[in-house]
Amino acid sequence: MNLLLLAAFWGVLMMFISLSGRSHATIRLIAQVGMGLLFLSTLAEMQGFLIYDLKAAEMFAMDRYGLVMLSVLSGCGFLYFLLSGRDMANVGSDYSEYFSLIFFIFCGFVLVLSFTSLLMLFLGIEIVTIPLYILTGSDKRNLKSNEASLKYFLLGAFSTGLMLMGIALIYGARGTFSTMEVVGASGIPTRLLLGGLFLMFFSLAFKVSAAPFHFWTPDVYDGAPTVFTSFMATLVKVAAFAGFLRLFDHAFGSLKTTWQIWAGAVAVLTLIIGNITAVYQQSVKRLLAYSSIAQAGFMMLGLYGLGDGAREGMVLYAASYSLATIAIFSVLTRMNDYTIEGFNGLAKKDPWIAGILAVCLLSLAGIPLTAGFLAKFYMLQAALSAKYGLVVVVIAVLMAAVSVYYYFRVLQAMYFRAAEEGAQFPAFSTGFKRVLTLIAILILVLGIQPGLLLHYLYF
Amino acid sequence: MPINYYLFLSLALFTIGMVGVLTRRNAIIIFMCIELMLNAVNLLLVAFSKMHHLKNLALNASVGTDGQLFVFFIMVVAAAEVSVGLAIIVMMYRNIHSVDIQFLNRLKH
Repeated sequence: MNLLLLAAFWGVLMMFISLSGRSHATIRLIAQVGMGLLFLSTLAEMQGFLIYDLKAAEMFAMDRYGLVMLSVLSGCGFLYFLLSGRDMANVGSDYSEYFSLIFFIFCGFVLVLSFTSLLMLFLGIEIVTIPLYILTGSDKRNLKSNEASLKYFLLGAFSTGLMLMGIALIYGARGTFSTMEVVGASGIPTRLLLGGLFLMFFSLAFKVSAAPFHFWTPDVYDGAPTVFTSFMATLVKVAAFAGFLRLFDHAFGSLKTTWQIWAGAVAVLTLIIGNITAVYQQSVKRLLAYSSIAQAGFMMLGLYGLGDGAREGMVLYAASYSLATIAIFSVLTRMNDYTIEGFNGLAKKDPWIAGILAVCLLSLAGIPLTAGFLAKFYMLQAALSAKYGLVVVVIAVLMAAVSVYYYFRVLQAMYFRAAEEGAQFPAFSTGFKRVLTLIAILILVLGIQPGLLLHYLYF
Repeated sequence: MPINYYLFLSLALFTIGMVGVLTRRNAIIIFMCIELMLNAVNLLLVAFSKMHHLKNLALNASVGTDGQLFVFFIMVVAAAEVSVGLAIIVMMYRNIHSVDIQFLNRLKH
């Protein structure tokens, strides 16, 4: 719970700093220090250090899994601030408030990762999404940004309505919001409970952009300012998935036979739609949006084969996917041309950046020796244990092969195409390169020694 | 009154809201339909809360209050959502002088 208190405090602090009229460099430094503190405080909590012991076990209780997930999220958040903090200044004039909103979103992450009552799940998801509507529309003069935020807002509020109806039906069936007691001891669900379960399933599938509820994702990710797309596509999606898993693990675990087949169907559909549509994209930003849908399909496999293996896989997936995507987006934000052709000849101009991008793309595609490969491997292994697991795994592997194609298109543009005449590449600072290198090293280390991260789940 | 009446009433309201969201074109009306969905949920929660309260009154006098508590949280969150949502709609209106979501097709291509 350290992170909840610190994030709330830092969010308010950032708002007041904007009043004091500090320079951008100061604001950015304070935000980075804050995010670093969030990360350290989560690590400290894992060692048993609590700033304040919140006694609210009926509402939320942090467990080991939540803490590991939270440290992955805040660690990636810290790297994100280091890489992209500067680019947020180009979006609009409310620099400090953007950081403030992101800190508030982290408060939502804590609730989503630790709820024991459906009330807290609802609040957590809303605390995450409401600031996101604002961030999506933060480029106020840009019609695309306007459109994306309105679309995101209307569909997000709609799916919240579905979730609330689900919660209300569950409450009607059992008279409690506690995740432990939602399914009775008999384990035989009533019709009200089943209705509630599926409404919640659909609305959460909406939030994590799993097919067939993914249609808002490409438009919203494309329209939002690129710095914030990076945040939405990685940390927010991963946190929403963690909440999804937590709900179906803790609350509906005993009804697994009922929903498992649906989770499998949604996972397969998401994998197919995400990967096939990504092949036809010309803009790297849109390609990454579809790639995030495809990766969501793999994360859905974690729900399908829910168990210890899937939980480990989820942590690894969260880390590998977030790291790689944040790094690619941070470079993309600074590019002048977002199409794949815009990357032509980058390897000649800046071999270091191109090499790091290559590691990230390979990790997303799931090539061995990168974290992405092991993450996919854990997920497939988990899915194999489930009913009809073999069919699902075969489709997933085929789709992973398709994904190699579109990730390699970017690689090919960087390495084997000459830059067009007059193409301008941005200059990358040394500090930026150092952080990117750190990300590449993390991806490779996790790809060889996943135990370095996973052993925190147990010790 | 039996709980079924409340259940059907709020499901009907919820469905009207849902159909409205999916078919209307005016952003404000879509927004009103979303509010209708949320209020249908509020009604249902209060009705269930009363039902559980009457059923378990002998065991525990405070049973069922959490449903009503939830309603207040929904109201607060809905208010926060309204403020953000209307701001977004006003922002769009300033740029294109319309609240018709037919205009929302720039991102398709």
